[in-house]
Amino acid sequence: MKSEKNTAVISVIGKDKVGIIAKVSTLLSENNININDISQTILDDIFTMIMLVDLKDHEIENSDIKDKLNALGDELGVIITIQHTDLFDKMHRI
Amino acid sequence: MITDFEILETMKMFNEQHLDIRTITMGISLMDCASSSVDETCKRIYDKICRYAGNLVEVGEKISKKYGVPIIHKRISVTPISIVAASCGATDYTPFAKTLDKAAMACGVNFVGGFSALVQKGYTNSDKVLIESIPEALASTSYVCSSVNLASTRTGINMDAVRDMGRIIKKTAELTKDNDALGCAKLVVFANAPEDNPFMAGAFLGPGEPECVINVGISGPGVVKHALEEVRGRDLGTVAETIKKAAFKITRVGELVAREASERLGVPFGIIDLSLAPTPAVGDSVARLLEEFGLETCGTWGTTAALAMLNDAVKKGGTMASSFVGGLSGAFIPVSEDEGMIAAAASGSLKLEKLEAMTCVCSVGLDMIAVPGDTTAETISGIIADEMALGTFNNKTTAVRLIPVPGKGVGDSVEFGGLLGMAPIMDVNKASCADFINRGGRIPAPIHSMRN
Repeated sequence: MKSEKNTAVISVIGKDKVGIIAKVSTLLSENNININDISQTILDDIFTMIMLVDLKDHEIENSDIKDKLNALGDELGVIITIQHTDLFDKMHRI
Repeated sequence: MITDFEILETMKMFNEQHLDIRTITMGISLMDCASSSVDETCKRIYDKICRYAGNLVEVGEKISKKYGVPIIHKRISVTPISIVAASCGATDYTPFAKTLDKAAMACGVNFVGGFSALVQKGYTNSDKVLIESIPEALASTSYVCSSVNLASTRTGINMDAVRDMGRIIKKTAELTKDNDALGCAKLVVFANAPEDNPFMAGAFLGPGEPECVINVGISGPGVVKHALEEVRGRDLGTVAETIKKAAFKITRVGELVAREASERLGVPFGIIDLSLAPTPAVGDSVARLLEEFGLETCGTWGTTAALAMLNDAVKKGGTMASSFVGGLSGAFIPVSEDEGMIAAAASGSLKLEKLEAMTCVCSVGLDMIAVPGDTTAETISGIIADEMALGTFNNKTTAVRLIPVPGKGVGDSVEFGGLLGMAPIMDVNKASCADFINRGGRIPAPIHSMRN
């Protein structure tokens, strides 16, 4: 489905440690993915980061960005997901 | 702009509350596959299914990856084989089932539905052959599902077919007894069967459907239960409102997936089936959701009222989310596939008679219920007749999927594994209805005025 914007939500959830944002940001810049917005909270020692990114020409389903993020998540001991923003728009907006 | 709260809520639905798309089902018309020979018809069926559904699984996986939404099954439904095979003059339709099985395997789908006949008013010669072929067809295939529509509100109930299906279910159990009568888990009888249902075992592509169509079945009892946990102790109006909101969100995911699948496959989008389909996983249970209303155990007094409200609120929320809602749409209450139902049946709180009452107000019917192996064919037909009457006279879909497990009785249980789960054998009223069933004939269609 052709949506007007090709953006995605990347979320990182897990135990806080040094360098999570740096490593995720580096991975994204290496793959030419621009970060539009970023927010982060720590609740009960659980680190939650939500990024809104511009995928440009990337298609999540046809690129290896998801695998790379998953691998980085394994390395950092956190869960990283990437989901196209259309999902959230559909679910939460009429 | 989507808020962090909404993003986290969505993620919890998928990660903790078992929200998933249960199935993308591609309906394929086999009308043009009919020929005068079995071999030629089977060849056409195989080729057509592979041509249309060859990349169904791949597309499903891509959509799943793009949105991070689990899509559990990809399935195929086809024109009822009793129609497609009619011109062959064959006396056994097992080769057609084997062809469907082979095509399903080639496409990599989880199930193919449509080894079916629509006999609500009477049998064609072909319908008779199909029904007699069901036991062998299900025993000799892995992916094929079979369904028979026995009744409708417009035609009444074909009691000859009700009688015959009792016998066919027993025979299917006997032929698959080494697998705890697994064949019966792939066989369902209907009143008012929907022609666009994506769920198994009852999926087939009705004669009024297009050449090829995408129907999507959603799931998500865990999401609704979680939402209700937030409004404990509040009045029932609040409960209804909460269910509607949760159903809206779930259905929108289904709509997104269906539209995208339709576009990628170049196949029209048919309907969203907004059923709450449970799985045996803890936290994915319709029974536990009903208990969240304030019931100690599913099956106790109040269960029918809670289910009626749940079913209605799900439909109201869902129809706001998608204009094309169809199929079965409502809450499913299978026993073996629902952790809470299994527990309620095992504890004795949930009985067959209560399940029958519950089917008056929910979608589908007596589903995935294991009964003693010595239950007679006439008693099974009697159970079917009652359920068909509920559907026919109340103008709704009802169904029966019973599993009489050879060699097992009350106190035993059967394990089917996977989404089919496990089931305690439930007690059945043993007083005979044989003379009633053996009368045969038809129960006339109900009158539509003077409704009370």
